[in-house]
Amino acid sequence: MARFLPLSAAVEEVVRDGDTTAFEGFTHLIPYAAGHETIRQSRKDLTLVRMTPDILYDQLIGMGAAKKMVFSWGGNPGVGSLHRFRDAYERGWPRPLEIEEHSHAAMANAYEAGAAGLPFAVFRGYRGAELARVNPNIKSVTCPYTGEVLATVPAVRLDSAVIHAQKADRAGNVLLEGIVGVQKEAVLSSKRALVTVEEIVDDLGPRSFNACILPHWTITAITAVPGGAHPSYTQGYYKRDNAFYEAWDAISRDRDSFAAWIDANVMQKGPGAFTRYARK
Amino acid sequence: MTAPAAYTPTEMMTVVAARALGNSDVCFVGIGAPSAACNLARLTHAPDITLIYESGTIATKPNVLPLSIGDGELCETALTTVSVPEMFRYWLQGGRITVGFLGGAQVDRFANLNTTVVGPYDKPKVRLPGGGGAPEIATSCGEVCIIMAQGKRSFVDKVDFVTSLGHGEGGDHRARLGVKTKGPTRVITDLCVMEPDPVSRELTVVAMHPGVTREQIVENTGWDVKFAAKIAETPPPSAQELSVLRDLQARTKAAIRGGR
Repeated sequence: MARFLPLSAAVEEVVRDGDTTAFEGFTHLIPYAAGHETIRQSRKDLTLVRMTPDILYDQLIGMGAAKKMVFSWGGNPGVGSLHRFRDAYERGWPRPLEIEEHSHAAMANAYEAGAAGLPFAVFRGYRGAELARVNPNIKSVTCPYTGEVLATVPAVRLDSAVIHAQKADRAGNVLLEGIVGVQKEAVLSSKRALVTVEEIVDDLGPRSFNACILPHWTITAITAVPGGAHPSYTQGYYKRDNAFYEAWDAISRDRDSFAAWIDANVMQKGPGAFTRYARK
Repeated sequence: MTAPAAYTPTEMMTVVAARALGNSDVCFVGIGAPSAACNLARLTHAPDITLIYESGTIATKPNVLPLSIGDGELCETALTTVSVPEMFRYWLQGGRITVGFLGGAQVDRFANLNTTVVGPYDKPKVRLPGGGGAPEIATSCGEVCIIMAQGKRSFVDKVDFVTSLGHGEGGDHRARLGVKTKGPTRVITDLCVMEPDPVSRELTVVAMHPGVTREQIVENTGWDVKFAAKIAETPPPSAQELSVLRDLQARTKAAIRGGR
């Protein structure tokens, strides 16, 4: 049953040291405010799962919160590398980072298998692809009906999932609209789920009969953090801050400028700092 | 004959890639050069082309080029937006995409692509972003079009890591792996167009862009590149192609600046 908590209490409750956790979002609705709270609470030894780790995972990794990353595309989209990720993976700073690497198709299928309570995902993939050689979790199965050999990967199983959404009603039902990525699957694959939302409303309002809604009993904690997806975006509220994504390249290239940015924008701030990005 | 309008090699590459697409194509679009080419096709000769981005947006008509694969612009202008598992399972794996556009850090003589690492996998010289959607785009789309600026470091004899299967070790290697789609049918660069040889599947130069010499192509290719018996000269960009492309890029720049 979803509880409405302040962000610090919600993160404390949901994201724990050593968790296999996902802060999901496919460009859209990336839960930055919750990620920053996780950095402020100095979480350690996380296994960070995400299809498209971008700046938020660069920040968590640069602060030493992660021991491992499970991913399928790790970059600053349209800009370049994740410099903090590369520093950790290539040079072990601030701590060594293990990786488990997949394709998008594999991760998407693995999330769906997790949500469905299956042990593994089966799909037509990885043919001729060398990831199958370097990732021992990529295996195959022969179809019992046709004899076709298909790829398999283990289901995503999360201790915790963190997502951002447009709205929750007062019962804690959550509405997601726009590019929904794998967030529904991430929540349903997790033992504990935290959702930050732009606003809490009496009624979710006019919507399609097929709207993407997570019922309150699938969620552990909800916090209203207006602007909480910035520099990512919330459809219907504010646009993606593409200029910040470009600026991150220079901020993150250097350990000192990264540390200074985190200190000024994360450690010295709270969730209220995101409010200025929330406009409708 | 009048002097052709001045244009850059990158513009030539984008225009050639756009020309490769038609109204009936259902196209899986990557960010960067592929996105520019696919939208140029849509805004010129192929207004009914279906553009699909892996974030789940189907039949999208962005007014500006997205910086990332999931900008709001793509969702707002799409016919519909599906979840990412549905995109990869029903639409890509289901065989509903006619052409996939890919690029990479390295391509080799059999059009295999590397977007994973330069150097050994465990001790990379450069850790690249990784495969993303590419490994399955390369095998599930009806055919694949590769678009990449040409150079000796990117056009290599053998890629350091096969992120996405092209023609493997050549010949019938794809078929032997159980892959039924065509794979890369052309590689479009800022200098030329290459196509796989019908038998060996080795990439062979079939067209050269205006003003480009064979020596330039040889110097910028990391293998002993072969030329087809008959080489076409690429028609230069038309005034219309150039103005539509430049307008699109100017709108995109303004949108990024205005986004803050």
